[in-house]
Amino acid sequence: MSRIGQTLEALRSRRRTALVPFITAGDPHLKATVPALNALVQGGADLLELGVPFSDPEADGPAIQASSERALANGTGLRDVLGCVAEFRAGNDQTPVILMGYLNSVLAMGEGAFAAAALEAGVDGVIIVNLPPEESVSLRGALAEVGIDLILLAAPTSSDERLSAIDRAASGFVYLVSLKGTTGADHISVGEVNQNLARLRTHTQLPVLVGFGIKDGATARALGDQADGVVVGAAIVSRMAALGDDADAIPEALQQFVSEIRQALDA
Amino acid sequence: MPQPGSNYAQPSQDGHFGQHGGRFVAETLIHALDELEALYEQAKADPEFQAEFAEDLARFVGRPSPLYFAKRLTERLGGPQIYLKREDLNHTGAHKINNCIGQALLARRMGKPRVIAETGAGQHGVATATVAARFGLECQVYMGAVDIARQALNVYRMKLLGASVVPVHSGSKTLKDALNEALRDWVTHVDDTHYIIGTVAGPHPYPMLVRDFQSVIGQEARSQCLQQMGRLPDALVACVGGGSNALGLFHPFIDDEAVRLVGVEAAGLGLETGRHAAPLNDGQVGVLHGNKTYLMQDADGQISDTHSVSAGLDYPGVGPEHSHLKDIGRAEYDAVTDEEALAAFRLLNQTEGIMPALESSHAVAWVVREAPQFDAGQIVVINLSGRGDKDIQTVADLDGTTL
Repeated sequence: MSRIGQTLEALRSRRRTALVPFITAGDPHLKATVPALNALVQGGADLLELGVPFSDPEADGPAIQASSERALANGTGLRDVLGCVAEFRAGNDQTPVILMGYLNSVLAMGEGAFAAAALEAGVDGVIIVNLPPEESVSLRGALAEVGIDLILLAAPTSSDERLSAIDRAASGFVYLVSLKGTTGADHISVGEVNQNLARLRTHTQLPVLVGFGIKDGATARALGDQADGVVVGAAIVSRMAALGDDADAIPEALQQFVSEIRQALDA
Repeated sequence: MPQPGSNYAQPSQDGHFGQHGGRFVAETLIHALDELEALYEQAKADPEFQAEFAEDLARFVGRPSPLYFAKRLTERLGGPQIYLKREDLNHTGAHKINNCIGQALLARRMGKPRVIAETGAGQHGVATATVAARFGLECQVYMGAVDIARQALNVYRMKLLGASVVPVHSGSKTLKDALNEALRDWVTHVDDTHYIIGTVAGPHPYPMLVRDFQSVIGQEARSQCLQQMGRLPDALVACVGGGSNALGLFHPFIDDEAVRLVGVEAAGLGLETGRHAAPLNDGQVGVLHGNKTYLMQDADGQISDTHSVSAGLDYPGVGPEHSHLKDIGRAEYDAVTDEEALAAFRLLNQTEGIMPALESSHAVAWVVREAPQFDAGQIVVINLSGRGDKDIQTVADLDGTTL
């Protein structure tokens, strides 16, 4: 079983909701990324999502778009992102790291080369926002060969038939998109998410983590009753952006914010 | 359409054109694409839908558009007999309206009261705003902030038609970013909104259905050639940005293997400068805006900024079927520079009294350059995809003329 699978299973047996913060690699600059990841773990993160900046992040709302633009402005590429993972991994061999991004970044490197480099860096899972299961066969194969999970997304609009197909193709966990919209949207409905989650559970035994639009501890807590974990992205990225280039202030602020959510989840 | 017994059956069941095309979008949108595909297949087979489409093309758009013999241009160039397919005479001034009529009819069938669109130069935005008014649909058009500044006339025109125009400030603030923002709107309002993509790109079924709606160009041209000249032409020439006017002209001739299909991309300041918009001539295969196709990108897969004097060709990707036609060698893709296109723009004005759009001027420019390679008896059809009134300000600025 992968590091992701082991981590989620251990959390399940302790009845602890997984907390998965997201930041974009290279935002505001590359040197800030590894200290930020460590701070997230200190604050109570169980898994980490690291965004691969892309020029055309069509599934992201304004906060993550802006973070992607900041990272690209200072020249952050996929190899730099993998470098961050390797550096983080040198000091932490427990916390799973999941890359999140768009397919073209992977295709430009080549799927096989990417899988090999990701393995070497210590990546555990990959989420490609614009890769539905039908198109995922070849990347899934390349990643499976090196034991990296390709995590697929389920949406409020996914039919039962599609949820089954997603289950068959997914590994690690299923990422349930909470709402019809982009990352950081502000119209999440806990009731609707729970309905969709219950429907998804009838199609998969894999853990289900919920993301998009989870901005604070209260929302995380409300979702944590049903979900195996929650992803918090835009809210964190916005907090980082508010600190500007003050790299020294970022770790403390992140640790503080994540621990607030952690406490809400555990309350 | 390909002839009966054709070996050319694209896209495949799952929306691929060879290695290109497909459906690379967020899971949330797949349901809407499935729904659109099913509804389109049903509409395609429904004589009532086809009759309604044909009726609007005839009475609202003004089709068929003439196939015009450009006698003085032919004499001037001393090469092949040159004919112009006059899409510039359509209502709203370009071929874009053909597809918008078809998609507005689909939106109405789906019971979706709201349509959205992306636009670069504003031509597709204007066409969408026009059909939205015609069919009583709410309309929102996304346009890059840079393009809004360059195309004030079309922005105002869309507003007069009752559409709202939303400036896009992300990324390069041009067409590709407008497309990103339209996708974000669609994923948020997918229940009541139909996204009218303006070219033969995007996730399946868009490349197929936009091609089909635009194929009226080639169907007319084919029968006009047979009627007026008693034979098929030797070559078809069309500009390629996303490539909808080119594919609309080419597609009904796919099985006529003796007919050369020539797509002309924007070489901008020159292919060697990197400042162009010619992914089929100088790009790599990648995934953007829902489909796999040739793209202008850097080694890290980031989409490059493009340049063309023609805003409608200023796009880093191209419709996936063009990528496939290039791969299988059925169509050839060349490029002409800003300078060549501008010279052709002037030449057509002065030899024929026709002002082509700067986009269409690229197709004219290729014929100007390649005319000596043809025999006098050969026939070349140029798709004059749009008229150039919208470009007068751009040309005047380049001239240093203040209007």
